[in-house]
Amino acid sequence: MKLYCLSGHPTLPCNVLKFKSTTIMLDCGLDTTSVLNFLPLPLVHSPRLSKLPGWISKDGTINLEKELKDCAGRVFVDSQPEFCLPERELLDLSTIDVILISNYHCMMALPYITEHTGFTGTVYATEPTLQIGRLLMEEVVNFMERVPKAQSATCWKNKEIQRMLPGPLKDAVDVWTWKRCYSMQEVNSALSKVQLVGYSQKVELFGAVQVSPLSSGYSLGSSNWIIQSHHEKVSYVSGSSLLTTHPQPMDQSSLKNSDVLILTGLTQMPTANPDGMLGEFCSNLAMTIRAGGNVLVPCYSSGVIYDLLECLYQFIESASLGTTPFYFISPVANSSLEFSQIFAEWLCHNKQTKVYLPEPPFPHAELIQTNKLKHYPSIHGDFSSEFRQPCVVFTGHPSLRFGDVVHFMELWGKSSLNTIIFTEPDFSYLDALAPYQPLAMKCVYCPIDTRLNFHQVSKLLKEVQPLHVVCPEQYTQPPLTQSHRSDLMLELQPPPMPYRRCSVLNLPFRRRYERVYILPELANSLVPSEIKPGVSVATVSAVVHSKDNKHTLQSVPKPPPVAPSKKRKRVMDEPPVVLAPKPLLSGAVPLEAFLATLQKHGITEVKVEETADGHILHLQAEDTLIQLEEDGTHIVCDNNEPLRTTLRDLVLRFLQKL
Amino acid sequence: MPEINVTPLGAGQDVGRSCILVSIGGKNIMLDCGMHMGYNDDRRFPDFSYITQNGRLTDFLDCVIISHFHLDHCGALPYMSEMVGYDGPIYMTHPTKAICPILLEDFRKITVDKKGETNFFTSQMIKDCMKKVVPLNLHQTVQVDDELEIKAYYAGHVLGAAMVHIKVGSESVVYTVSVNKYAKSHISAWIDKCRPDILISESTYATTIRDSKRCRERDFLKKVHETIERGGKVLIPVFALGRAQELCILLETFWERMNLKAPIYFSTGLTEKANHYYKLFITWTNQKIRKTFVQRNMFEFKHIKAFDRSYADNPGPMVVFATPGMLHAGQSLQIFKKWAGNEKNMVIMPGYCVQGTIGHKILNGQRKLEMEGRATVRLLISFALTKRLIHVGKLLACVFCFHTLQLDVKLQVEYMSFSAHADAKGIMQLIRMAEPRNMLLVHGEAVKMEFLKGKIEQEFSIDCYMPANGETATVTTNPSVPVDISLNLLKREMALGGPLPDPKKPRTMHGTLIMKENSLKLVSSEQALKELGLNEHQLRFTCRVQLQDPHSDPDTLHRIYTHLKSVLKGYTIQHLPDGTVMVESIVIKVSSSAEDTNAKVLLLSWSYQVKHRHCPCSRLSKLGQKHNRLKT
Repeated sequence: MKLYCLSGHPTLPCNVLKFKSTTIMLDCGLDTTSVLNFLPLPLVHSPRLSKLPGWISKDGTINLEKELKDCAGRVFVDSQPEFCLPERELLDLSTIDVILISNYHCMMALPYITEHTGFTGTVYATEPTLQIGRLLMEEVVNFMERVPKAQSATCWKNKEIQRMLPGPLKDAVDVWTWKRCYSMQEVNSALSKVQLVGYSQKVELFGAVQVSPLSSGYSLGSSNWIIQSHHEKVSYVSGSSLLTTHPQPMDQSSLKNSDVLILTGLTQMPTANPDGMLGEFCSNLAMTIRAGGNVLVPCYSSGVIYDLLECLYQFIESASLGTTPFYFISPVANSSLEFSQIFAEWLCHNKQTKVYLPEPPFPHAELIQTNKLKHYPSIHGDFSSEFRQPCVVFTGHPSLRFGDVVHFMELWGKSSLNTIIFTEPDFSYLDALAPYQPLAMKCVYCPIDTRLNFHQVSKLLKEVQPLHVVCPEQYTQPPLTQSHRSDLMLELQPPPMPYRRCSVLNLPFRRRYERVYILPELANSLVPSEIKPGVSVATVSAVVHSKDNKHTLQSVPKPPPVAPSKKRKRVMDEPPVVLAPKPLLSGAVPLEAFLATLQKHGITEVKVEETADGHILHLQAEDTLIQLEEDGTHIVCDNNEPLRTTLRDLVLRFLQKL
Repeated sequence: MPEINVTPLGAGQDVGRSCILVSIGGKNIMLDCGMHMGYNDDRRFPDFSYITQNGRLTDFLDCVIISHFHLDHCGALPYMSEMVGYDGPIYMTHPTKAICPILLEDFRKITVDKKGETNFFTSQMIKDCMKKVVPLNLHQTVQVDDELEIKAYYAGHVLGAAMVHIKVGSESVVYTVSVNKYAKSHISAWIDKCRPDILISESTYATTIRDSKRCRERDFLKKVHETIERGGKVLIPVFALGRAQELCILLETFWERMNLKAPIYFSTGLTEKANHYYKLFITWTNQKIRKTFVQRNMFEFKHIKAFDRSYADNPGPMVVFATPGMLHAGQSLQIFKKWAGNEKNMVIMPGYCVQGTIGHKILNGQRKLEMEGRATVRLLISFALTKRLIHVGKLLACVFCFHTLQLDVKLQVEYMSFSAHADAKGIMQLIRMAEPRNMLLVHGEAVKMEFLKGKIEQEFSIDCYMPANGETATVTTNPSVPVDISLNLLKREMALGGPLPDPKKPRTMHGTLIMKENSLKLVSSEQALKELGLNEHQLRFTCRVQLQDPHSDPDTLHRIYTHLKSVLKGYTIQHLPDGTVMVESIVIKVSSSAEDTNAKVLLLSWSYQVKHRHCPCSRLSKLGQKHNRLKT
């Protein structure tokens, strides 16, 4: 059993598990941090961005003026932003049988895998994962296609040139494999390969392996996966949460008794408490509005935003923000808000019971109804005429490189009255802000990451007790910036097996048993005998039938009875009689009892001689020796078949047959 | 032999009060717990005394599963759980869990508040009953206990209707309500090829094979349109939830397209709430509705308005959806009485009507109806008696007169089977999908069942049962025994048989089955010894053959070796350096006696496990004698 690790990003994993002749891809995360190296894509022409100076190496030998721009001392690629894809050279991706998706953030690379590698398998995901995943993909595609960029920078990717580049560009990995965003057509085609599953649904793969999604508590429809056969169990834990937010709580007990637990998607902000961050978010928001400034919240259009809106719903009145407009701008804003209301069975208990009343589970329905929250597909159209300041705007993309957020950065960046509040943990806020420097706007960093922290995960692992843990190497050492915090790493016994991009791990598995089914006819013919109290054995001779990875044992067919034909006897080929081999024997032959038995069978003249290991019985009349020892019996006689058979059967009476 | 028993307490060769007991692998499951619309006495509920004469049902049932929210499938639930007594789990889907208590409360109100019955379940009982409900998600495998697992599939009958797959070990039963063959349009469509031991299906429309849904829809719209055009009124008796919503969507779009002005009403009460449920549970509706729900909520109607009792007397055309669907009580019946006399009007029955209801009567062509007037009569009599106004003889005449109060049905009666109960075609299709070993029909009329039974037995050659209420159908199952085989043993056997299975040469394997505390392990004999901590006992045989040979012992042996090699073709024969010859696993040694060096003793030695075919000791000893002869 092997694990191929195609992504080095611990929260956007992409691993391939080879298990019992099936090839299973676990998640399909797209590392979007690569876009931070690119210039933002403005919705309307930005004089500031277009006036940025081009980059020329200090000695003047490399001139990439057209491709690279310098902003406040950092160099950015002036091209359509590109993504860092999962590794595609480590194994033949067309051999992948199934892809299991754990949550909608971890499927963004799906079109690259399903459309361009010869993939012919099935993708498994829950309904909310599919629907919201589709929205997130649609949003990114829309952001990119709305502002097409003619130029595609490639020169800087040249290995020789990249070496000479400054800053993060120099250290960017695998840049020649970076790819532009996919098209909507590719998204549709990729998502048409998705097969919907429900929590705890058991999905059989080729009869060999059973996979089953479990609630992971992180987002709507998010799941961990159990991959198991009758005797082996692998748990795949991805983005999970124990906090009570909107999704159904995490199913922990089903992870028990795993041979291997693959652990990914822990919190990216181990030191930030989500509740505290939420409080800070609200107070900063209120402060800015009171001072007459605007608040910009760069965020994904699903996920934490539901919790933010719910929090604000309770907070608005007490903070007397009743008249402040809240805007949610995204091509999928409406869909995201609507979809959130229809997945009752994927929500936490509280929200579920609301549906029975029937009331919408999320209070943002009321915010919309009372006109406190308005949503728009983009800044163009209705929004531009209805827009009032000061206001709060939720919009994407959290990388600040594309989407409507770019416009608001340009619009509000120059005033210190305004505040940008980062809530998504995926991007370093300093890197995100880099191409907007110098910036007057206030920046508040309140990353809300509800995924498991190290404390929670070690408690979880103690409870479910997997034999082995596999995790990204980042989790086996404290973060670089906090090297003294030994509590910010996994400490386990046996130590976890770390992986990095391009690792191939041999998972410590010894498969020893397989399930077979004994058909009733054969089962009825078995003769068990008790060897020890509570332990019985029976010898089995059977025909093995293997079909679709399922094995059944049938009785050995009897040779067809030779028809009693009166015509001349045909010389038959030797019938394929399959004789059962003789069983192994165990036990010992007790001397006295054996002698008594011999006597019963008319063998009376027996001379017993004691030896070091047992006895030698001399059957004088038959001129036969029987050597009886603790672990063996030896019958020595002349060519007298009937006698030998009798003696054999007498000895066998005292022995157990296996 | 293990067996599965199925006993309907209701819905056995009958329509209404579905309640089926299944015993499988030592587990008892109740499928549905419905009431009968046609009765007002004890027969309205299933006969739970079949399960136990006294006391609660909790000890006798492992779980109760409700397929959908129609009262003939869940109407007896509070009675069963709170009045008879059951505390175990009750499984139903989320939408059923949401809507079922509302319908139960409605039913209770009609029975207790309007009809004045006592000894009926209370509102609190409905609430307590619902607390025992565990919601089911589609396709989720729910482990009721260690052995019993259930899984729900989309059935598409009404919002939240489900088929259930019940499994204990390798035995399984599928129970399905009226499967809608259009369920396939749902994204997570239909059932796997799960080959259950029994498929229990409703057979309400067993004999009908209906036209395509499209045709029926067109027909429906045409009839409504014609009636409206001639100034008539259309009454569509429906149940508040289910098909009603789909018909509303149909009419709404038709009105929009044709720009019609006649009002459409929906009898009040549940409507708005019902539509809200549809909105929140949109994932449980069909794909067309799901797809567009963000842009346009199909359940917000422009043309359809709430109905008020007084509107029934308004002049001019109108369409009214009114509850209940079988014209047995309530608003639909009141409106029917008002409109029945006018031949311009029309009543469209979009669903099945149980025997005894007005709906059933008019569908069977009855044109003169005796309306129940007893309550009023009784009042009049008591009034008259207290006032001593009338003579007893007159009184009898009066009673007679009231009893024969007749209603002439002049309006047109149309029947459109829009109700999503399974028809013959749907059931056959389902059998093809699930490949059950046996079929069992419930919730249908005996005659129609008989017809379908014949059809099923003929087409699929499987047994088809149709037990009556209280009758048990028994199916013996033949489960295979799951065993853990040592991978080494399995691989060894697989390797022996070559890479491809050969039908002519069965692959045989031999091993030892160890039975220990519920675990069954099949291992090789050697491993079995090791695992059980036993020592092997070697049983060997040695055969002495005397012969005369003048050569030295090694030479004799070598001569035997060469001779055997020439005689025993196809055997492995080895001359080992330790002075032995091995024929397969038989050891041959030569020794000579001290006195006479020519008298040799040939020792043939083999172990008990040597396969008989390989035991040529007799042949070898004969050879020895031959050898003897040769030499002398």
